[in-house]
Amino acid sequence: MNASIDPQLTIWAWEIPLYLFLGGLAAGILFFAGLYTILGKEKEFPSAIEKTPMVVPFLLVIGLLALFADLNHKMYFWRLYTTIRLESPMSWGAWVLMVVTPVSFIWAAIHLKKSFPKWKWPYVWLDTTEAFFITHKKILAWIMVIYSLILGIYTGILFSAFNARPLWNTSILGPLFLTSGLSTGAALNIIMAKSQHERHSFSKIDLMLIGIELFLIIHIFMGFLASTQVQIDAARLFLGGPYTAPFWILVVFFGMILPGILEFLELRNYKIPVLIPALLVIAGGLLFRFIWTFAGQASRWLY
Amino acid sequence: MASRRQFLKTTALGLGGLTIGFSAFAYITDFSGLKEATGGLKINLTRTPTYCEICFWKCAGWVYKREDGSIWKITGNDEDQHSNGRFCPRGTGGVGIYNDSDRLKTPLIRTGERGEHKFREASWEEALDLIAEKMKSIASSYGPESVALMNHGSGGKYFGDLLKAYGSTNIAAPSYAQCRGPREVAFINTFGEAIESPERTDIRDTKCLVLIGSHIGENMHNGQVQEMSDAIDKGAAIITVDPRFSVAASKSKFWLPIKPATDLALLLSWINVLTTENWIDKDYVEKNTYGYDLLKVHVSTMTPEWAYGITGIQPEIIRKTAKEMFNASPSVIIHPGRHVTWYGDDTQRLRAVAILNALLGSWGRRGGFYNPSTSVLPSYPHPPFPTPKTTWRDAFPGQFHLADESVSSKICDATIPAELRDFSFKAWLVYGTNLIMTFPDQAKTIEAIKHLDLMVAIDTMPMEITSWADVVLPECTYLERYDSIRVSPHRKPSIALRMPAFEPKDNTKSAYWMARELASRLGLIEFFPFEKLEDYLDWQLRQMGSSLEEMQKIGVKTFEREADDLYFTPGEQHEFSTPTGKIELYSTAFADEGFDPVPVYTPHPEPPSGFYRLNYGRAPMHTFSRTSNNPNLNDLMDENTLWVNPKVAKEWGLTNNQPVWLQNQDGKKSNFSIKVRVTERIRWDSVYMVHGFGHATKQLSRTYGKGISDTELITNVMTDPIMGGTGMRGNFVTFLTEKPEEALS
Amino acid sequence: MRYAMAVDTKKCVGCSDCVVACQTENNVPIGYCRDWIVEVVDGTYPQLELELRSERCNHCDNAPCVRCCPTGASHILEGGFVMVTPEKCIGCGACITSCPYDARYPHPDGYVDKCTFCMHRVKKGQLPACVATCPTKCMYFGDLDDPASDVSLVLKTRKHKTLIPEAGTKPQLYFLI
Repeated sequence: MNASIDPQLTIWAWEIPLYLFLGGLAAGILFFAGLYTILGKEKEFPSAIEKTPMVVPFLLVIGLLALFADLNHKMYFWRLYTTIRLESPMSWGAWVLMVVTPVSFIWAAIHLKKSFPKWKWPYVWLDTTEAFFITHKKILAWIMVIYSLILGIYTGILFSAFNARPLWNTSILGPLFLTSGLSTGAALNIIMAKSQHERHSFSKIDLMLIGIELFLIIHIFMGFLASTQVQIDAARLFLGGPYTAPFWILVVFFGMILPGILEFLELRNYKIPVLIPALLVIAGGLLFRFIWTFAGQASRWLY
Repeated sequence: MASRRQFLKTTALGLGGLTIGFSAFAYITDFSGLKEATGGLKINLTRTPTYCEICFWKCAGWVYKREDGSIWKITGNDEDQHSNGRFCPRGTGGVGIYNDSDRLKTPLIRTGERGEHKFREASWEEALDLIAEKMKSIASSYGPESVALMNHGSGGKYFGDLLKAYGSTNIAAPSYAQCRGPREVAFINTFGEAIESPERTDIRDTKCLVLIGSHIGENMHNGQVQEMSDAIDKGAAIITVDPRFSVAASKSKFWLPIKPATDLALLLSWINVLTTENWIDKDYVEKNTYGYDLLKVHVSTMTPEWAYGITGIQPEIIRKTAKEMFNASPSVIIHPGRHVTWYGDDTQRLRAVAILNALLGSWGRRGGFYNPSTSVLPSYPHPPFPTPKTTWRDAFPGQFHLADESVSSKICDATIPAELRDFSFKAWLVYGTNLIMTFPDQAKTIEAIKHLDLMVAIDTMPMEITSWADVVLPECTYLERYDSIRVSPHRKPSIALRMPAFEPKDNTKSAYWMARELASRLGLIEFFPFEKLEDYLDWQLRQMGSSLEEMQKIGVKTFEREADDLYFTPGEQHEFSTPTGKIELYSTAFADEGFDPVPVYTPHPEPPSGFYRLNYGRAPMHTFSRTSNNPNLNDLMDENTLWVNPKVAKEWGLTNNQPVWLQNQDGKKSNFSIKVRVTERIRWDSVYMVHGFGHATKQLSRTYGKGISDTELITNVMTDPIMGGTGMRGNFVTFLTEKPEEALS
Repeated sequence: MRYAMAVDTKKCVGCSDCVVACQTENNVPIGYCRDWIVEVVDGTYPQLELELRSERCNHCDNAPCVRCCPTGASHILEGGFVMVTPEKCIGCGACITSCPYDARYPHPDGYVDKCTFCMHRVKKGQLPACVATCPTKCMYFGDLDDPASDVSLVLKTRKHKTLIPEAGTKPQLYFLI
């Protein structure tokens, strides 16, 4: 292969990994908010249900802006919503966000008064609407749980649907990105939690999620190494290749193992500021998306 | 080719909000028209005929314009024997020469020192007056013979006419002494005729094509490339002799990875095998050749075993390939090549090539060399040209009698005053040739230029040579002018028209106009009776049974041959234009001049330790140093690379794309760096680069400083004693991994 | 109707004429290309092999670019032409990433562009620009459903391959070997 002639590809820069990270984080937050609402644990998890979801609309708007920034033919973005293409993960994503984004706005709106007690809606019909949604909160919660899972998995499927990029072309990527999204969501809940009970609950959940992530990561590489040459080559990007150090040290150690240990110690009542492991998890999740985006584009069929 | 990674980056940068809006809307409007035409382009199909000027092959084709009058594309003319309707990348990319924003735009008069490229813009009036004034004073002080024309390309003809009228016949093209001269002299002194251009090789019907360092495919001589492809289709055996695994080598049945500079030994051993095994066309040799017995005795010791020690080619391979040629004979071509000025004994090497062809009976035979036919262009009557008192030959008494054309590099030599010579050149007109990157030994070229009283460069682009001129005359490109009717030798006689597709851009003019304006200032207007070239062309075409109007519609007109003599008739005893009337295996003219009448192998120097032979060649998308700034062709290849064998790379710790500078055996260092290309395709004793890069003219914005110019490293010139050719492949280079102080970048 | 192209690697000299002919024919901006040359060297000196290929969109029967397009801008037309409708394309880049042959590029005007097999010429009965200009005549184009077409005939008689058939794209750009 003549590198100077053969085309090389890096079409996706910072926009897509940021979009996927924010989507995953939003999915994680909405999932826990919805789940604990359905389970009727509003009292136990006030932060996860009422406070943390306030940031979701912002996350999703920034994510959508990042996606928009990625588009080269911006004037035609509306074309996304003139068709539903079941074979296209991009189309899936657009439509899922079409549902999730308004739901996240509604959820934030009906909890606005909890965080800002002096808040008043300017129009009466808004009060009526709020009241309507508050009565149907459980339905909203169900929608949130289901769609956040779809959104979380979608952030992985967007990549895994690309046969042309061997590093991405694995079905483990959906669950892995979902788990990572839930983990970052849990981490944000740790930060936002007021009560020790809520904080510790999310620490435990996060520990479990980190465990699942590590398990999936090991399996993704086992799968690659047992697969075709192109996937072996893709795995080698992380096993001696250029992404080895950033991935194993920054993402796996500082983004999963170290915060896992810190959370574990904190649960054992060691004095550890919870901000540290939580931020490490969030940063690790962000870096994970970036590295996987770039490495994936560097992985290719050779012929 | 720029990598996609690069252009993806550029697009990412170019995304400003409003601009996108506008360009997007512009596109919608554009596309609606597009859709109506079932995806086709809404284009006014006006086309004008031309023949290409990007290289010397001069393929005839069509220039297509868009509705807005801008250039769309250039394609081949189906009727044309040079192109068969298929243009090569350079011809197709000819659109770039028209669009290149670096073009010369207006006459320039030098204000700084020569070579500094400091000029002021001038009017045509002023520039031409200045040249005419100078030419008049040179004629009266030194005689008109002290003015020389160096030219390459169509418009050179008119400056040639001007010079002949003025009183000088010192008209030289570097395409002779720096390129194909040795082969023409060798074939003239063997068969009585030159190879000429396009080559008379009948490749499409050959059964065996032997290439000696000729890299057809990388040299994109259109018709030959096409015919080699035809030959591959028909199952012809190709034998390629090249120290580099060229593209042609990769298509070959036999690749002989010869030790550089030993080709003549291989050729002589082939002659030895053919004569000892009697693998010759006996009847043909008996009837048509002179000196067979002398030749046979001469080569009797030059066995394949002898050649093996010199060339490194296994004796059985030499025998096998000789048999392959014999089996194919007479449909076999030992190709004479084109750029053959390598080691200074080139005429003798080409003589060996000619002799091989003669022994196998391929000259004048199908699948060998056909007898070309050329249309004769009538000349409008004008007063006879004055007879010059001296020519360049007088500067070299007793030498180069066998050179059948002027030797450009010798004119250059005779420009530097010498004690024993009472005559030196005082003025050069340089048309369309970048002598600085054409002549080896740049220091000498520059010294010669410094001795000139007048130096005029006529070109379409700023080039190294235009920096050295006193006056630069900007020519319009071949897409903006008429030129003389193309008549060139081929299987059938034909004519082709070049007409302007566009008005000349900026303040540029055609060579005809410039030459005529100068003639008028020099009182020589009667040699240019037609004010407009197209009127002259119309007159000529009418004499030939056509007209300008007809040719504007068809572009190319092919005539039938007067006689059915494309090949010799079987058993015919042919009369050759040699002193003996036969094919001279033993050259009587060489003997008379004191040269070896049959070729003799002499060893050439080898690279010292740590040095590598500098080999150079062509890339299919570029013509010498002339096209590297063409936006379209630059896009296909924007710099040359240095081919290095992996063993050598390992020894030096060189890696792919690492920039290195080069230094030759005389301590000459390259101006710029070149990127290493580690490849198995090159021998361990040599390096290779494509000629024509490493431009040091800043006005060439796209190509300035990209790659290395092989020419600047060719300081050892081995002159061919027979015809004055400049052997350029005896230069050795070593790598400098750190930037030398004197390097420009 | 199923259009396809075959490139004879035994004749291709890698001159890039196909590239520049495509650029001019289709007004592809300088710096971009819809087709390109790949050189593969195998072996050690002097036992060497060299394969030159003129590559472009494979106009796959099972085109991943068409599948992943969120708006339907990428589509397949009668005859197998894989096409992009610029005014439907949002320039998301999914199709570019999805192509194992890297045959697509983002046009500076925003939409994604690629080889069209010169459909505008083919509809008029002409050959694609690259095929029509190639000095080595190493490219064959035509309808695979027509047994007398150039491409059918040459594929019948010559050994050939496609690129990465294991990617499952069912490419329609064949290489004669």
